[in-house]
Amino acid sequence: MAVAPLSDATDTATDSAEQPQALPGDGLREGIIDDLRRRIGDAIVDTHITPNDDLWIRVRTDAWRQTAEALKAAGFTFFSFISGLDWLPSPYGKGEEDPTAEPQEPDTEIRQGVTGGDTRFQVFARLVDLDRHVGVTIKADVPDEPFAVDSWTTVFAGANWHERETHEMFGIGFNGHPDLRNMYLPTDFEGYPLRKDFPLLARMIKPWPGIVDVEPMPVEDEADAEPATSESDTA
Amino acid sequence: MTSLSDRQQLSYIASQAADARLNVELETEGMTLNIGPQHPATHGTLRIICRLDGEQVVWAEPSAGYMHRGYEKLTEVRTFPQVTTLVNRIDWLGSFANEVPFILAAEKLMEIEAPPRAQVIRTILFELSRIANVSLFLGDLGVQMGAITPVFLAFRDREYVLNLIESATGGRFHPNFDRIGGLKDDLPKGWIDETRQVMVKLREFCDIIEDLLFGNEIFQSRMRGIGIIPADVAKDYGLSGANLRASGVDFDLRRDQQLPMAWDKADWKVWTHPDGDSWARCWIRLQETRESCKIVEQLLDQVPAGPIMTKVPRIIKVPEGEAWVSTENPLGEMGYYVVSKGDLGPFRVKIRSASFNNISIVPWALKGVYVPDIITILASLYFILGDIDR
Amino acid sequence: MIQLAIEIPYWGQSLLRVLGGLVAVLLPAGTIVYLFLFKMMSFMQSRLGPMEAGPYGSLQLVAEVGKWMQKEDLAPEAADKSIFKIAPLVVLLSTFLLVVVIPFGPDALFTDFEVGIFYGLAVASVSVLGILIAGWASANKYSLLGGLRAAGQLIAYELPMVLATLGVVIQAGSMNLQNIVVAQNTGEIFGWGGIGNPYIFTQFIGFLIFMIAVQAELTQAPFDMPIAESELVSGYMTEYSGFRFLIFFIAEFATAGVFALIASVLFLGGWGIPFDWFGWDTIDSVDNWMNVAGPLIMFTKMLVLTFIIMWVRFSFPRFREDQLQTFAWKVLIPLALANTAITAIFKVVF
Repeated sequence: MAVAPLSDATDTATDSAEQPQALPGDGLREGIIDDLRRRIGDAIVDTHITPNDDLWIRVRTDAWRQTAEALKAAGFTFFSFISGLDWLPSPYGKGEEDPTAEPQEPDTEIRQGVTGGDTRFQVFARLVDLDRHVGVTIKADVPDEPFAVDSWTTVFAGANWHERETHEMFGIGFNGHPDLRNMYLPTDFEGYPLRKDFPLLARMIKPWPGIVDVEPMPVEDEADAEPATSESDTA
Repeated sequence: MTSLSDRQQLSYIASQAADARLNVELETEGMTLNIGPQHPATHGTLRIICRLDGEQVVWAEPSAGYMHRGYEKLTEVRTFPQVTTLVNRIDWLGSFANEVPFILAAEKLMEIEAPPRAQVIRTILFELSRIANVSLFLGDLGVQMGAITPVFLAFRDREYVLNLIESATGGRFHPNFDRIGGLKDDLPKGWIDETRQVMVKLREFCDIIEDLLFGNEIFQSRMRGIGIIPADVAKDYGLSGANLRASGVDFDLRRDQQLPMAWDKADWKVWTHPDGDSWARCWIRLQETRESCKIVEQLLDQVPAGPIMTKVPRIIKVPEGEAWVSTENPLGEMGYYVVSKGDLGPFRVKIRSASFNNISIVPWALKGVYVPDIITILASLYFILGDIDR
Repeated sequence: MIQLAIEIPYWGQSLLRVLGGLVAVLLPAGTIVYLFLFKMMSFMQSRLGPMEAGPYGSLQLVAEVGKWMQKEDLAPEAADKSIFKIAPLVVLLSTFLLVVVIPFGPDALFTDFEVGIFYGLAVASVSVLGILIAGWASANKYSLLGGLRAAGQLIAYELPMVLATLGVVIQAGSMNLQNIVVAQNTGEIFGWGGIGNPYIFTQFIGFLIFMIAVQAELTQAPFDMPIAESELVSGYMTEYSGFRFLIFFIAEFATAGVFALIASVLFLGGWGIPFDWFGWDTIDSVDNWMNVAGPLIMFTKMLVLTFIIMWVRFSFPRFREDQLQTFAWKVLIPLALANTAITAIFKVVF
């Protein structure tokens, strides 16, 4: 169950020798990609396979709904979820550093994850094929202008609530959604909470009381069979 | 035609107008009824706004969010081990089952696996939390329908399971027992024998409930044929767990995917039902409780010796990557999409909770049903508010 | 009138009757609540019930009454105040009106109506009015729904009840409840007067229908749609708290007791034991001590029947409104009509 390290635009079969070879069982996932390529052609921007484990596909933003239709026709009839990703590292840090220490320079470089990306925001969704027991994670960039993608409600009725939540939490618009109002928050709520630049007020007000102590415990024989426990407060 | 005098005409018009006023005042069409947020029938603070025509629902819309705690934002400021304290509380009845997919995702990113003993014990605890969750559902089902007795039997027998979980983990409802790489502690002495006895009691409980509740003609007439959800609608909305299997779809994440857990070491059956009505959903959950008892009994005989935890560093830093793990939780499919940037804590966690999808079908399912059937359908779909609202 | 050694003036007699009426209504209510609701239901649900107030929770009733009485007198602002306040009293009124015709002994009765049972059934419908106006006057949609459901249900189940008693009346040949009791206790089954002729044997269908209809008239599960705790919170009683709710509560169980008393009069032989045992022939030859034993016997029979009513209440889920109505109109009423017809035929033929 090896996880391939991040890289841009790799298909496991074509990469260098340090990548694990695709095991025979994963013809399934490669077959899925080929089938999808036949259906939607060049809308596929990037793919990533974890052999025998999982499959990621990134598509062009304007082909978002088309991908859903193609995948549904290909047998991925089970809709799992839609959500968003904000790749900006949090400018507030994690609030877990020692407050007496010097504040670190926040990392502002936006690095997208698996299958890369060009924008700060991405939408991602998961569909499952119940007969072949395989799932696929589909991602798409969300451009800054217009900050919207097409809605999936015509393809999967269950997307209704998920898109409402994604819109409420990230601000991403969904073209063609019948009723894009807030899911959890009051209607007059300002701001989009899951964006990284939306501060978590509880951490602003007071520092996290369970600061992780990075010092190792003294005089502990690490070689014996006692189970190692993590230092942080988990009670 | 006889000619009416002006006075007669005026009085006739006045009486018609009076009737019209009366009719308008007594109009029951379009009455808006709020079920919740405080209501005996909803498992928590769920508000369903219904527009009624007499006793039939014309339009229904759930309004969730009374319990939204912002878990996905909170996980971004926690370290990986600290997240288990949060996610315990998503589905607070299926306690241990919430932690497992997240821990598995973190382990997947770290490319480690828990030792076999930990895997088997994790599975046993997972199934125990399923039994605890679903036995409460069975008792509560009676209350929703009006039978007030089964719920006491359910709570009484559920106590045994909760005591077991408590003796192993220290917490009845929020065990917080799973660790990246294994479990926190080993089992106490005598736990395995006690669990065997409890499983016998739970099987008796299932039989009692089947007799008392499911065998009751009134119960059957309340549940059969109500709230039929066809399989393709169920898949469209992402219903999972017993809801999906009740519509005839043979899909169970314990059997149909490879996870480092011990379900393949036991011999058990996946139950489906072709009808897709409320009766099917509830009946499948009853059978699944029995299957869980079976799984636990088989696994108890197979607990291997060995360590409880693999070697993990004291401070856990999960390498960069993204992972998705979902498991067949008591409520349905619960999954975590964990994005890590190599820090102490996750970069983004998307929590896919089962009840969110299960309840998204309510506007579709409640069209044209009677008011008592609202309760029946909600009860059979089975949700926990913490799961909807996260 | 009871023959006592002393002469009681008329006002004394009236006072005794009022007190007797209160006892006849409240004692069953209290006993049913404590014995069946607190203790029996608890034991059936594998728990103990109230144990704190008094030994084994025996003073729980006192605590409950005290609690309800000391609460604030609330009424919703939009409610129709006068009707809101009258509604519980109307329901309790019907119970008192009903207990008046029940005979407790050869001379221990309040009134001796020739059309006793007819009056009783008519007056039992007064409670429907109380429930309806409670639902309407509460200015609450849940209450309104509960009240409307109650209206439909209670009226629907009046008919089977009436038709079930028709069989008894035909068999006894009189609507006078005292005569019905005497007819049962002097009757004979195939020439053997050992247990009299309680009409439960010949009218067992009527008895079943009557008990089901009583369950529905009391809005007890499985017919408790008007209350429907898991849907309508408390139905027509939602907005009532404090003393007014206490009145509803007492009325519910008092009515259960009174209906059980009527059922025991109609089907179980009432206050009497078979006259054969003591060699009595008519009502006048019954000994005086039956006036004391009669109420006790009635009480016992009432407890038996109420046990059944409560037992069913704790065990069954509730019917949906349309299933309830279907059951009444399509099953019970035809059955009751058939029962009446067969009884009439048998009466004429034999």
